[in-house]
Amino acid sequence: MAAFLVRRLLQSVLVVLGVLVLVFTLMQLTGDPATLMLPDNASAQDVEFMRRKLGTDKPLHLQFIRFLFGDRVLGEKVEERVVEHQFMSSVVAGRIREHRGVIMGDFGDSVRFIDQPALPIVLERFPLTPYLMAVAFAYSAGLSLVLGIASAVYRNSLLDQVLRALAILGQSIPNFWLGLMLILIFAVWLGLLPAMGSGSIEHVILPAVTLGSAPLGRNVRLIRSCMLDVLGADYIRTARAKGLSELAVVVSHALKNAAIPVVTIWGLDIGLFFGGAVITESIFGWPGMGSLIIQSVYKRDFPVVQAAVFFIGLAFMLVNLMVDLLYAWLDPRVRLAH
Amino acid sequence: MADNRVRPYEAEPVIRIGTRLGRGLRRAILRAGPGVILSILLLSLMVVAAIGAPLLAPHDPTAGDVTRRLMPPFWLEGGDLEYPLGTDQIGRDVFSRVIYGSRISLTVGVTAVLISGALGTFLGLVSGYRGGLVDAVIMRIADIQLAFPFILLAISVVAVIGSGLLNVVVVLGVAGWVSYGRVVRGQVLSVKEKEFVEAARALGAGTARILFVHILPNVFTPVIVLATFSAASYMVTEAALTFLGLGVPPSIPSWGNMLTDARDYVRTAWWMPVFPGAALALTVLATNLLGDWLRDYLDPHLRKLM
Repeated sequence: MAAFLVRRLLQSVLVVLGVLVLVFTLMQLTGDPATLMLPDNASAQDVEFMRRKLGTDKPLHLQFIRFLFGDRVLGEKVEERVVEHQFMSSVVAGRIREHRGVIMGDFGDSVRFIDQPALPIVLERFPLTPYLMAVAFAYSAGLSLVLGIASAVYRNSLLDQVLRALAILGQSIPNFWLGLMLILIFAVWLGLLPAMGSGSIEHVILPAVTLGSAPLGRNVRLIRSCMLDVLGADYIRTARAKGLSELAVVVSHALKNAAIPVVTIWGLDIGLFFGGAVITESIFGWPGMGSLIIQSVYKRDFPVVQAAVFFIGLAFMLVNLMVDLLYAWLDPRVRLAH
Repeated sequence: MADNRVRPYEAEPVIRIGTRLGRGLRRAILRAGPGVILSILLLSLMVVAAIGAPLLAPHDPTAGDVTRRLMPPFWLEGGDLEYPLGTDQIGRDVFSRVIYGSRISLTVGVTAVLISGALGTFLGLVSGYRGGLVDAVIMRIADIQLAFPFILLAISVVAVIGSGLLNVVVVLGVAGWVSYGRVVRGQVLSVKEKEFVEAARALGAGTARILFVHILPNVFTPVIVLATFSAASYMVTEAALTFLGLGVPPSIPSWGNMLTDARDYVRTAWWMPVFPGAALALTVLATNLLGDWLRDYLDPHLRKLM
């Protein structure tokens, strides 16, 4: 287990580095961020200053080191100064300050929220995303478990056939369209639930159902086939033979042994939810990290995009790590196989 | 003397899973059941709609008629058979736009699959055949990329390099190589140990010839199946990106753009979100059903892989 743990942790470090490279490269793809952010009539001095602020006056490898560890590592001292920024179509005054490096949680200053550091903006929006994901997960896991088991226990019945058809259908419905349809049905036609915003319990229902429905069809199919494998086993016949009720057989004997692949796929779902949340939050105006990313993309507020993308990458990595460890703990074959 | 020995470079690979694709295909489709037949019909319809859009669409998909804005479908009061699925907020015909929208989805699905399939297959072949450092580097890159939500990757890159049909296709194609790479690599690992590969090598075939003539045909089955599934997922991702304003520009009629417009009219014009979304969902459903069937028909063992 120790060897597995070390190898897996090293892999995680590699992933974090990879995400950092990606986030850094994103900024490079813009060409020259300094001219992008400054007004057209900016003086050459301002352009030079902005390049220094962003570090784009240096060779690429030094830029990356500065991005990670800040100005000080390169032995530079940056005096504070105010420079005119281009923000959308207007010109605003912006502060230039020392960059302390991603390692200190400094992703630079937001463009949209002038001079506010990017990371706190992201952190402020962060809790609403896991909240939405948790509700989505509870819905998705609970419903797929019930439907999957029902489908397996009553296999080839009408119920099973209907559920299987629905599962395939559900797998094909684009998530964001489902969101629009839920708004149409439950908010517009029935008037039962609010379509937008956050604040009350009712607000979370439609976004959570939208987000949680993405893996639902696949999970019902998976749980069904896992349960079918297990229900044919000898120990299930034994359990029935000794007179256990069908419910006890299914729940305490069959389900327990079908759990490993199901737990794995649930772990992967949480990862999927990070991506899905970006779209779902935008549809429902849910003020989490996902909608923050989209809004920041619209406003070309790249420091915030970088910080949020990094944060999601980090959270995604942590979830994957936990799932793998859980899996290795549940099933010794995994850690011995490598 | 007549040359009747096997010529070195033409040694016939022993197992050729790929050939099953042609043999008895028609019979297999007929046996496959109504779902698959319907899917094939639906996808054929989509291809016909995409190619024949100028002939089939009753109206110009981009020209609006403000006097006829937000008209409901023909069976409702105020509807007109001239605009069978109603009109949008500036009086454009929803039916014509749905027809034209199939062009974008089809283009994106096919092109992105070609890019990601070619890239992933190539990297998977090299990675599996060479092993060692090359393999380690390629697979770690794959791991890192998988450790990041696909849609977020696409959004971030498109946000920076700019939206547009070409950019979206390239981003989807390049970002999508991982699943091909991993599956092909896994297949290569077992195929490269087979006798016919050894025979080809013994007869003096070069690495490129072994890879593309001897190994590739034997690992191609999962690529075909994967291509079907990823075409569906690329079409959805493109529509989602476009829906967010990061994909195909608003001037081009596409299902994603129709849904963007529909967002503000969910309350007043339900036909605006329903029809383009249903077209997309049906296309994805048909593609997925076809993929399921192809997988089971070509190689039932693939069920474990995808």
